[in-house]
Amino acid sequence: MATDISKITEKSPWQDLTEGNHVYAGGTSVYFNTGEWRAYTPIFNKDKCTQCLLCAPCCPDSSIPVKNGERDEFDLDHCKGCGICAKVCPFDAITMKEGK
Amino acid sequence: MAIRERLSGNEAVSYAIKQINPDVMPAFPITPSTEIPQYVSTYIANGECDTEFIPVESEHSSMSATIGASAAGARALTATSSCGMALMWEELYVAASNRLPIVLALVNRALSGPININCDHSDSMGARDSGWIQIYAENNQEAYDNFVQAYRIAEHKNVHLPVMICQDGFITSHAVENIELLEDDVVKNFVGEYEPENFLLNTETPMAVGPYAVSNYYMESKKAQSEAMNNAKQVILDVAKEFAGISGREYGFFEEYRLEDADYAIVMIGSAAGTTKDAIDKMREEGKKVGLLKIRVFRPFPEKEIAEALKNTKAVAILDRADSLNGHGGPLGSEVTAALFNAKCTMDVRNYIYGLGGRDFRVEDAEEVFTELEELVTNGKEVGNYKYIGLRG
Repeated sequence: MATDISKITEKSPWQDLTEGNHVYAGGTSVYFNTGEWRAYTPIFNKDKCTQCLLCAPCCPDSSIPVKNGERDEFDLDHCKGCGICAKVCPFDAITMKEGK
Repeated sequence: MAIRERLSGNEAVSYAIKQINPDVMPAFPITPSTEIPQYVSTYIANGECDTEFIPVESEHSSMSATIGASAAGARALTATSSCGMALMWEELYVAASNRLPIVLALVNRALSGPININCDHSDSMGARDSGWIQIYAENNQEAYDNFVQAYRIAEHKNVHLPVMICQDGFITSHAVENIELLEDDVVKNFVGEYEPENFLLNTETPMAVGPYAVSNYYMESKKAQSEAMNNAKQVILDVAKEFAGISGREYGFFEEYRLEDADYAIVMIGSAAGTTKDAIDKMREEGKKVGLLKIRVFRPFPEKEIAEALKNTKAVAILDRADSLNGHGGPLGSEVTAALFNAKCTMDVRNYIYGLGGRDFRVEDAEEVFTELEELVTNGKEVGNYKYIGLRG
């Protein structure tokens, strides 16, 4: 039987884990704040941005939300600071800063 | 009506695969298991089964594809030997920890090096801690019967673990012997349709397989896997009992051959057990009380049952077809000795290594082992532990 994994915590006894640690739900990676791993942080300079939207699909962690045809601020809960967005931006609208 | 045939071990396992008609078989050829994907491909080409055969570029890929197919919801299998299994190493553990009911037709062959294509158990013994159920055969009949039972064990809800069905390379896989096959519909009814509860292609319930498990989850996850292996013991016995109902052939964790009143026992796995049985028959005629315990199920390890079966013997020789190269003995020797120790048995126990890389194990070799055990007990003549049988020099 599929188990509601939101009920499993780091205190759960082994009997309560799902078989093979299977995750019975979709889109659960949103609960995993990979932003904690970040050593460099992207800084968004809105003035230089032309909304070409090249950065958004290049982000491996879907951390550049796009709303109404325009990119929004970084989702720093999930951005790992890889810097790909800064590399692909043709307008230097993204710079990388050391630290979180 | 059972079908009387004469088949090699590879033919027998391929015939069982055809009868079961699994969904997906990714495979890569390696001696001496090559014939299994070859025969299955022929069955598919002839329209005798409709398994999706995936020719892959390596064994790393064949097990990866088998895992993918199984996670997707297919009844999947592959076949390999020796270094092919070694190349699957990472995936063997992944298959087991993901709790996928995969079946692997393993044809035992020595691992390199020196490079050698003949039988020993170094491949599967190396994988003994990978979390797979391991069932071994003495001959083509047992390889066929074990394969027919494999999915029932792997897919049982209390188990959900991969199973390797092992037979001895060339000795069993290529030698043609008489065999009694079950009819197609009997096998199909026994194995049944595979209806997984959760699978990746189920659009009703999205799921993820194989997620990252940090320190706070890893041990609990392993305990659950260990418990599934423990559960497999009863399931293996239940499936064997049901199989006896359709075939008339009975199986357990091991076979006891003239062991009940034996003073001296050999414990071993695989085809050479037949040779030992010949030696036992001969020595019994001479009044020697000798017997055999032939392991069928090595994983899960039937610790208590083995100790119970051996408890009245005066001396036990454990014969390994793989050396752990640890200066101490082979894997079967270590585990059976531990089982006897835990059961507070006090008989003499000696470990022998035989048959590496296809070296013959003869009736005289088995007789010599029994004689050495008797000399040890009656005259105190020490044979030494961890002795190589049939070694020059």
